[in-house]
Amino acid sequence: MKNMAAGIVRRPRYGTALIAAVLALWVLVPIYFLAVNAFSTEEKIYSYPRPLLPRPATTATLEQFLTTTGITHSLWNSVKVASIVLVLSSALGFPAGFAIANYVFKGKSAYRMAIISTRAFPPVILAVPLAYAFIQVGLPDSLIAVALVHTAIAMPFTVLVSSSVFAGVPRDLQEAAGVFGASPARTFVKVVAPLTLPGLAAAMLFTFVTSWNEVFVATILTLSNRTLPAQVFVLLDQSPPPIKFAGGFLLLAPSLVFMLFIRKYLFRLFGSTLK
Amino acid sequence: MKHRAKAPYLLLLPSLAYLVVFFGYPMVSGLGLAITKEEGGFTTEHVRAMLSDFNFGSALTTTVVLIVVLLPLQFVIAMAMAMVVNSRIPGSGALLYIYAIPLAISEIAAGLVWVSLLTESGYVNSLLMHFGILDRPYYFTAAENKKAVVMSVIAAEVWRATSIMMVTLVSGMQSIPNEYNEACEVFGAGPIRRLFKVTLPLLKPSIQVALIIRAVLALQAFAVVSVVGGTGVRTLAGEAYTQYVNTNPRVSSAYAVLILLMALFTVSVIVGLFRTPVEDRA
Repeated sequence: MKNMAAGIVRRPRYGTALIAAVLALWVLVPIYFLAVNAFSTEEKIYSYPRPLLPRPATTATLEQFLTTTGITHSLWNSVKVASIVLVLSSALGFPAGFAIANYVFKGKSAYRMAIISTRAFPPVILAVPLAYAFIQVGLPDSLIAVALVHTAIAMPFTVLVSSSVFAGVPRDLQEAAGVFGASPARTFVKVVAPLTLPGLAAAMLFTFVTSWNEVFVATILTLSNRTLPAQVFVLLDQSPPPIKFAGGFLLLAPSLVFMLFIRKYLFRLFGSTLK
Repeated sequence: MKHRAKAPYLLLLPSLAYLVVFFGYPMVSGLGLAITKEEGGFTTEHVRAMLSDFNFGSALTTTVVLIVVLLPLQFVIAMAMAMVVNSRIPGSGALLYIYAIPLAISEIAAGLVWVSLLTESGYVNSLLMHFGILDRPYYFTAAENKKAVVMSVIAAEVWRATSIMMVTLVSGMQSIPNEYNEACEVFGAGPIRRLFKVTLPLLKPSIQVALIIRAVLALQAFAVVSVVGGTGVRTLAGEAYTQYVNTNPRVSSAYAVLILLMALFTVSVIVGLFRTPVEDRA
């Protein structure tokens, strides 16, 4: 017994800790330097050697970026598009996820394969043919069109995550609710929904960010009415470095918060294999 | 009973119909755009326009180089990250968060992160000059330093897209029963031996998916490349974009079809490499 316990308590592993730290710095240091640039004065950005702290710290270039033509407008556009994507992906994806988790039926594994295999197709190839089609149906330069394509990209993830979230609800809980006379709808509201809410919220957040970050489709499908990444992308050539860094930082900062919320569900997003 | 049997299909139908319209249809119509004339009828004109495009060769080469270099390089880094997260050293939860951050960062922001490091007044130049390795700034991202631009793009792409592979690998590792590793330890296998004899073979399905996801991402490399490399480096997705804005949507579609064919080819190569022979299946 004593020996087994000793086997579980591991020796401190300095090698692992060192590798862990190096890898963490590899991710964090570049972000930190972009932040320093974003909070530096314009002159400091061209100075040698590069300062390790923004001194004096200023939000001047950040404000300048935000007042650049079209930025606030495109920021608002991005919120609108990402919200539509969130609602549409959930409305289409959650029922499918629920079906996969709760029913046994013919064609289930084929459907799941089809959903997973959408990842083998680069979404960039959807943009041009759909831009063509959207012009024909009278939706040129349209945020709705961008939202529809973003939904096609994000929704397969919603199906996969929600199916694993719904599958996590113990079956006997649902059956118990039925035994006590709850209708299927009531069981869903009182039992299934509270247990699945955090996971489904993470799935929704993920679809929002997928749309928020997407640039290729958004740039192809819009001209004057652009989303934030598309607007930043087309303005990049004419922007001086301080503005670029300020814009880059403002695009990046929400990601740090977002990852806090979805980190527990990452494995459900990207853990599915082909078996 | 009959009603119940229909329920799952009714629940699946909306999502399936949506994917047919917005995923299936554009792939078919994209092929149509690439091989037909404006007024109808088959033509190879757009495909020939793509093949004789001045940037076609370099775009194809860069895209292939990205896949060939990025996949093994990122697999090794992602594997190291995954093993750290899975080792349950103190703070491994925080490490998972840190390693996963780039997953949520947009291509443009990731590109700008690397511009701030690699530009002429950037941190890398500052460091190299501080230690006397350079006496004046090197233009890593200038079009005339072709190899340096490609390497800059590779660095940015490794930084940005290793997270997604790490997550897939960790999730695979978590499904490997601990007993396997413990049994190996009891019989005296060291960490390296355990990695090659237990972890990697059992991780095959996850490695396969990680490589597929990464390869498909590499085939559509666009914004990072454009932000970091400017016009100094071309990719197939970048050319598809350029052709579209230059009002050649059909040549752009030809590029899209080429990207699709390359994706199908790459995915089937990866699937083939990882096929478990029937007699080996557990």
